[in-house]
Amino acid sequence: MATKNTSPYAKKISKKFRIKEVIIKYFFALNSWVAVLFILLIFFFLVKEGIKAFDQIGMSDFIFGVDQGTGEKVFEWYPTSDNSRFSVIPLLLGTFLTALPAVLISTFFGVAVGIYLSEVAKSRVREVLKPIIELFAGIPTVVLGFFMLVVGATLFQDIFDNISRLNAFLAAFGLSFIVIPIIASLTEDALRAIPLEVRMSSYALGASRWQTITKVLIPSAISGISGGIILGFGRAIGETMIVLMASGNAAELTLNIFKSVRTMTATIAAEMGEVSQESNHYYALFVIGVALFITTFLLNLIAEVIINKMRKKVKRLE
Amino acid sequence: MITEKRNTKEFLQSNSHGNFSQVFGINSVKYLTYFIIFILFLLLGKIVWEGSEVISWEFLTSEPRENMTQGGIGPAIFGTLSVIFLMILFAVPIGVCSAIYISEYARDNFFTRLIRAGVNNLAGVPSIVIGLFGLGFFVLFVGKNIDQLLNTGLLFGKPAMLWASATLAVLVLPTIIVTTIEALNSVPVSQRTASYSLGATKWQTIRNVVLPQARPGILTGIILAVSRGAGETAPILFLGCAFFLPDLPIAYLDFGLFSIPMINPAEQFMYLSYHIFILATQSANPTLTKPIQFGTTLVLIIITILLNLTAVIFRYRFRRTLSEVRHI
Repeated sequence: MATKNTSPYAKKISKKFRIKEVIIKYFFALNSWVAVLFILLIFFFLVKEGIKAFDQIGMSDFIFGVDQGTGEKVFEWYPTSDNSRFSVIPLLLGTFLTALPAVLISTFFGVAVGIYLSEVAKSRVREVLKPIIELFAGIPTVVLGFFMLVVGATLFQDIFDNISRLNAFLAAFGLSFIVIPIIASLTEDALRAIPLEVRMSSYALGASRWQTITKVLIPSAISGISGGIILGFGRAIGETMIVLMASGNAAELTLNIFKSVRTMTATIAAEMGEVSQESNHYYALFVIGVALFITTFLLNLIAEVIINKMRKKVKRLE
Repeated sequence: MITEKRNTKEFLQSNSHGNFSQVFGINSVKYLTYFIIFILFLLLGKIVWEGSEVISWEFLTSEPRENMTQGGIGPAIFGTLSVIFLMILFAVPIGVCSAIYISEYARDNFFTRLIRAGVNNLAGVPSIVIGLFGLGFFVLFVGKNIDQLLNTGLLFGKPAMLWASATLAVLVLPTIIVTTIEALNSVPVSQRTASYSLGATKWQTIRNVVLPQARPGILTGIILAVSRGAGETAPILFLGCAFFLPDLPIAYLDFGLFSIPMINPAEQFMYLSYHIFILATQSANPTLTKPIQFGTTLVLIIITILLNLTAVIFRYRFRRTLSEVRHI
């Protein structure tokens, strides 16, 4: 009976309300597409500028960087001269020489912190330590880069002999400041998602706490932890300010971690300000941008899939 | 039941006697954590120690002098505040509306999952790539086209504060959306049902019941976004950041008798984080400006850490109020 509106006035009101409600709903829906729109716009505008690079530079030039004088293949990033070479190999090497050690250091410390916070620390200790670890993530990256440049470089030169003042390892050390909190918090989440019964069963079988952690909990949480490591790797590849300030910015072909290197992000940051627009160099920087975008996009996607799988598995355990 | 489980867990945790690997493992995990925290405090301590020597009222308000070796960082603080203010104007309405749709209206279907994936992936885009996008889209596409349409010469089509804050808004949008969704989701369903049973429509329920309760949570998201925006450098490198500007980016709105000073978004600006970068790497004499570098870093650290702490406190309080609501 409630649906019957006997008074025409009430009918009018309800119609007015209904239209208003629908308009409001679609207004919010419109806003919610903005994030998707920006992802598409970012991809489109990077590709739009980047694709112009291929008018004059071939795909193989981006890998081998052919010397126009001699026709030899030289793995060099030397975009400013008349005889410009656009090989991205040194930049890729630089990116991996900084990101990989950073992830290795951060995995070691990050997983330890995650285990401590989730399994060892009493809840009171955890409530104090967790915000402090989160503060790590709040430090601006330019501050970390500055610290590495001004304090870390001198310190490292005293510890290791015969190294470049600014080098890949210094940058990797700086990067681990931002990767550790990511791995730590995802490890903690993964461990805490495991139901208490799993721990209980392990204890009931006579396992000690450490045996439970290493033999039961970490194997069950391994997908969550590896998801965190992949996310951290993506962050390390995409980070700019730390590597720009601490890696030395020499685009050399090297595998020595104590030499100066130049990463993809630092190349864009250092050269975009000075490049003349609509030159080959300018478009080449956008190509690097596209490569970065796709790499981090894929890494994030893989991490997300792994973490979601883990969540489903844990639900089954419960 | 739950407390019983907790107690058992605490008991097992306190029961840490055992063989060598047990003691070694547990302790190594513990000391590695404390080592990390020790390094963090070492870093902060060094910056506070060196930075506090130069910080004074004059340092915070005056402009750089004598080739950046003297004076203060007043214009950089002003520039940071202006950019952040504009960024909030862009990002908060879109972010909050977007979160309201995802949390309150959207059903769990393909499109909703697409929107969520979009938000997650936007958060993962490297900041330098967002900077490139800002240059390619906002400056060279949007700005140039506005100039052509309005015949304004080169007013919009150049790197300026407006585009820097728009780019930062893209960067912090996921932060705002995710925290707002979290805040909205934590409002109990029973509150909504109660509102519906009183005859309120969906929008009335959201406006009068859900949003007021979620407000501290939304504020947390805005604070985190401000902290993130103030700390970023890479996205605005090519969007109008200046090494040194003699004048503040201010325009005067003239009303005949009096004029009101306004932020001029078409101008270049100085930025705290960029100031640190440029002083440390590209000033004529980095050793002479070192005290100023540490001072600027300390100011930036204080701003971001204070904001983060406020967010932590807000979140804590928010959870407590919500648990009270649930008990009623």
